[in-house]
Amino acid sequence: MAAYALPDERGHFGDYGGIFVAETLMEPLAQLRQAYERYIKDPAFLAELDEDLRQYVGRPTPLYLAQRYSEHIGGARIYLKREDLNHTGAHKINNTVGQALLAKRLGKSRVIAETGAGQHGVATATVAARLGLECVVYMGVEDMQRQAINVYRMKLLGARVEPVSSGSRTLKDALNEAMRDWVTHVDDTFYIIGTVAGPHPYPAMVRDFQAVIGRETKEQFSTQVGGLPDALVACVGGGSNAIGLFHPFIDDAGVALVGVEAAGEGLDSGRHAAPLCAGRPGVLHGNRTYLVEDDDGQIIETHSISAGLDYPGVGPEHAWLKDSGRARYVAVSDAEAMAAFHGLSRIEGIMPALESSHAIAYADKLARELGPEAAIVVNLSGRGDKDVHTVAATEGITF
Amino acid sequence: MSRIGPCFERLQRAGRTALIPYITAGDPEPAVTVPLMHAMVEAGADIIELGVPFSDPMAEGPVIQHACERALKHHISLNQVIKMVQAFRVDDDTTPVVLMGYLNPVEIKGYGAFAQDAATAGVDGAIIVDLPPEEAGGYITLLKAQQVDPVFLLAPTSGDERIQKVCAASGGFVYYVSLRGVTGAAHLDTQEAAAKVATIRRVTSLPVGVGFGISDAKSAAQVAQFADAVIVGSAIVKRIAALVDNPGQINLEVSGFLKELRHALDDITTDQAVTTV
Repeated sequence: MAAYALPDERGHFGDYGGIFVAETLMEPLAQLRQAYERYIKDPAFLAELDEDLRQYVGRPTPLYLAQRYSEHIGGARIYLKREDLNHTGAHKINNTVGQALLAKRLGKSRVIAETGAGQHGVATATVAARLGLECVVYMGVEDMQRQAINVYRMKLLGARVEPVSSGSRTLKDALNEAMRDWVTHVDDTFYIIGTVAGPHPYPAMVRDFQAVIGRETKEQFSTQVGGLPDALVACVGGGSNAIGLFHPFIDDAGVALVGVEAAGEGLDSGRHAAPLCAGRPGVLHGNRTYLVEDDDGQIIETHSISAGLDYPGVGPEHAWLKDSGRARYVAVSDAEAMAAFHGLSRIEGIMPALESSHAIAYADKLARELGPEAAIVVNLSGRGDKDVHTVAATEGITF
Repeated sequence: MSRIGPCFERLQRAGRTALIPYITAGDPEPAVTVPLMHAMVEAGADIIELGVPFSDPMAEGPVIQHACERALKHHISLNQVIKMVQAFRVDDDTTPVVLMGYLNPVEIKGYGAFAQDAATAGVDGAIIVDLPPEEAGGYITLLKAQQVDPVFLLAPTSGDERIQKVCAASGGFVYYVSLRGVTGAAHLDTQEAAAKVATIRRVTSLPVGVGFGISDAKSAAQVAQFADAVIVGSAIVKRIAALVDNPGQINLEVSGFLKELRHALDDITTDQAVTTV
């Protein structure tokens, strides 16, 4: 079997992906594509990236056996890939470090980003501060309320946070607004997209910057345990932490890949953020993928307790992995994710982000299914400090 | 058969620049749209660009975003917009109508069904903002089979190779986006636009329409010096937005504005005719 090599040169993963943007962005995307293809093979660029990942981000992150938690669940051994231990507290910085280096190479003086939970915004503001780039982050006003601390963090880092009050006032609208900014300031601005969505080359480029997660996992598992894990589990909003973990394992047919979407209040309730489990294909934000949409092709407002998963689309590579059967996608409700948040906090002393709590919640089920002989790696994509207010609110506590 | 080609031929014979107003279908309420289309023709519109509302209009500034939101409160779908064109055709079988919108509603309806229903209703062309020719192979074939013109966009960032590709894919006319930015932006550089339109004309014999950032009679007249069509959207939609509580006044207000633009365009045409003589 030929090694996995998608996307094709036009950015297609089977029927998905591609470039669906206004004409103004076609040439800038072509330039970005050329730069990305050149630098991703350039030894000097890769050496600088590697140095930054080690010295600034703090990689490699541990692959940690959650022994007490595994025993508590009573099934497979659960290993946690500790992306929460990265600088700024999530996997997002793997990508922003890479894209910021590209921005520098391209001579751009200004970077923009969209953010949902605020983790990507913080990660972008962080690298912009370090490289002396002007930084503007677009964020839905709804999310600014849910993630007030991250808003303030971005400001402390010198970024300007632009509130977005159009549409559903969440991540998708922030992305629309960032695109509008880019189209207006295309000459001096680099758009750092935070997930594996958007027009080509973003899904491939962000994946390649995040794939360090899977490469390390493969090596660490082989050294610490031997062989390959039986399954990988990761939460999927746009899907960057999941692709980062999955990608180096796609050709390893014996490793099950499981993406966990946000079922919100339940897939039947209509209040969810699960395009792969309950949506259908369409075109949004520059690519063809699964979307949460109505019969007229309008995008529906999504819901998840986790702002980082509250997005109506998903990276096109996940759409392809779903249709091809190589990965499977499930959904976990707000309540199940919340229970997992508490469980991991109490039993392992690790407070997961609400996004990552979705992956933990599904790993519990899978661990019982697979039994004690099996090993599961869960991507602990971020830490839960940013969610303490949200968790407290569900218990009626305010500060 | 599309009415766009014959319309531009008539205008060119008369030495006139086409005036293409944009409105969002169903804004601020569905009953306004068809009578407003007739009123715009009466006031001097040559072609009507009818916006299909979308939940995530990425290329629009705030004015047209809000128009989409107002229309979507009434759940205006692509099918309803096509029906509005059909209703418009009862009393007007000559003025071309071009739909403008985003790909997803068309994708969900299906390109073939869209082409067929649009043609049957009397739609003459379609502009899909987020569908570049590279991704539009099947779409172009299906539209052209129904004699609906696929109108594609060019921008200040489009290089020579893209200009050729986009012109080769386009039917009816080519739409030049006159600035780097969203609809309704305020930094139109007419000199840059004039130079780019000259480049486009070297590649295609299709008429070139220019839009984005044309907000008044003065900028319309400047653009008319080098464009075959002047496309005005946000400046009209802004006037509609001011009358959401008084929709009975919309036709009058928009007509008054279009007449100003019409006069400005015709003055230019007359001046040029005199100069030539």
